[in-house]
Amino acid sequence: MTIDVQALIPMFVAIPLGLSLLIQLVARHRHGLAEALTILTLLLLTVMSCYAIGYSGVYHLGGWPTPVGIDMRIDALATLLLLIVSVVGLAVSLYSVDYMRRFTARSHFYSLFLLMVTGMNGVILAGDLFNLYVFLEVAAIASYSLVAFGCAHEELEASFKYIVLGSLSSALILTAVALIYGITGTLNMVHIATRIVETGRDTPLLLAFGLLIVGFSFKAALVPFHAWLPDAHPSAPAPVSAMLSGVLIKAIGIYVLARLAFNVFGIAENELSLLRWLGLVSMVAGGILAAGQKDIKRLFAYSSISQVGFMILGLGLGTPLGLIGGLYHLVNHAFFKSLLFLNAGTIEYMTGTRQLKKLGGLNSKLPVTATTSLVGSMSIAGIPPFSGFWSKLIIVLACIESGHFGFATAAVLVSIVTLAYQLKVQRMAFFAALPASLKKLQREPPMMAMAMILLATGCIALAFAVLTGLRDPWLIGAAQQVLTAGTFGG
Amino acid sequence: MIFSLCLLLILIGLYGVVVSRQTLKIVISLLIMNHGVHLLLLLIGYREAGNPPIVDPAISIAEFAASSVDPLPQALVLTAIVIGLGVLALMVAFCVRLYERYGTFDVTEIRRLRG
Repeated sequence: MTIDVQALIPMFVAIPLGLSLLIQLVARHRHGLAEALTILTLLLLTVMSCYAIGYSGVYHLGGWPTPVGIDMRIDALATLLLLIVSVVGLAVSLYSVDYMRRFTARSHFYSLFLLMVTGMNGVILAGDLFNLYVFLEVAAIASYSLVAFGCAHEELEASFKYIVLGSLSSALILTAVALIYGITGTLNMVHIATRIVETGRDTPLLLAFGLLIVGFSFKAALVPFHAWLPDAHPSAPAPVSAMLSGVLIKAIGIYVLARLAFNVFGIAENELSLLRWLGLVSMVAGGILAAGQKDIKRLFAYSSISQVGFMILGLGLGTPLGLIGGLYHLVNHAFFKSLLFLNAGTIEYMTGTRQLKKLGGLNSKLPVTATTSLVGSMSIAGIPPFSGFWSKLIIVLACIESGHFGFATAAVLVSIVTLAYQLKVQRMAFFAALPASLKKLQREPPMMAMAMILLATGCIALAFAVLTGLRDPWLIGAAQQVLTAGTFGG
Repeated sequence: MIFSLCLLLILIGLYGVVVSRQTLKIVISLLIMNHGVHLLLLLIGYREAGNPPIVDPAISIAEFAASSVDPLPQALVLTAIVIGLGVLALMVAFCVRLYERYGTFDVTEIRRLRG
């Protein structure tokens, strides 16, 4: 039996949305059922996105043709993002089974989680700007409430900050959408791209583009728009932090930024240079701030800002090699950062603290956490032959190739800073002497261990993507071609 | 002219978000800003002395398109208002919960997260 991939496109949104409602209907008080349904949904989404590899096309919602109806488009880049969302989501939902036992109303958590996946898949597949905005808000509202899920002091404070800055950026994005509709008379991304090529770019359109860059820089937490991230990501429950840092800032931040810049607006050199500088500032500031942190999750949150800087730097080079580096680092970061947040969550779950000073010697007590976090740390620090080394190498090579020696030096220096703070975590949490208070620690629960092993395997497997060539890594080469040459949806 | 009034409304909202010290005032400022954006979106489809966008069989489609207001932005604004309502409800809920925990609406006193 063969299934037409085109018919699957709306299912990426419909299935998690339907299940999120179904859980509230049938599994509101049966937490086991809610867990099983969530895991099965994410498993199904993973299989579906594997099935969609290599396909690109358009789905017309309700059968209405393009200018009238709503388009959903899929191509190599969208498939890559769908795959990341589903695989990381699967690992996180496995992890939540044990981790969320401490919380009440767990079925609400799973509903909101699936709603967030719905929003991200919708943003990835939306073919017009207004639906992109709607799905963006779906993902954002779900994430605001997930950050505040525990309802403790810190969580509410972080979430309030997040929701204020989030709706500010959404308002900027909606303004840009309104301006673009007024100027081009259409909301369809492909049509906007052709109109822009026909009529050229005038000042109002540049204003709209500028508003979009600022709006999505907020969502991607680029310095100076990062203020919410170091509060929101560490305060959330660990599975949510992993999902936010691992995929949300990429699916609704960097992906949309790249898509709009390269496929819709046809980015010019001075805008590329703006992206490069944003990347550089985030990379350096995030790295330096991370090195000074004492809270393990806060450290990882600042590290996310720094690594996002690497991706934007790669994209801002605009050359094929730079785009490959940026996208490859995006995929790698989704895996190792969600892994590291799950590790941090396990440490907090088992020991009750996130302060590095109170930890130590966990190597002997939590072997799975220690091993997987070593894999994650070495990947993010760029130690060969782990995956992070290859993506950072490609970014540095791309900088040199296009003559930006200063950016290349900065990237190398920030990698060294990354190595320094990752070693600090490893030394203080896993290798130092075991404090007396932690002598009676038990092993991590099996589902948590399984989720971490799944992500660590993914990290190691990603290093083999370069086997098909530095200029054309597996899956990522095809995604890069979408950005340089093609239009959205083939 | 009318567009600059929208811009003014957006800027008033932005100013309020930046300078307010109370959580509820920040929420109200965001509301003002959002409504400025909604008005802008609505005005883009407006046409002075335009006809309502209901097809009249007596006139041709081209003539209809040249004389009626654009209905699409109205549909978009409705959606945007509903989304805004959802965010607003969540924000007010956060304000209430924050008041329960901290006993204040003052954001300068709600400061446990540092670093």
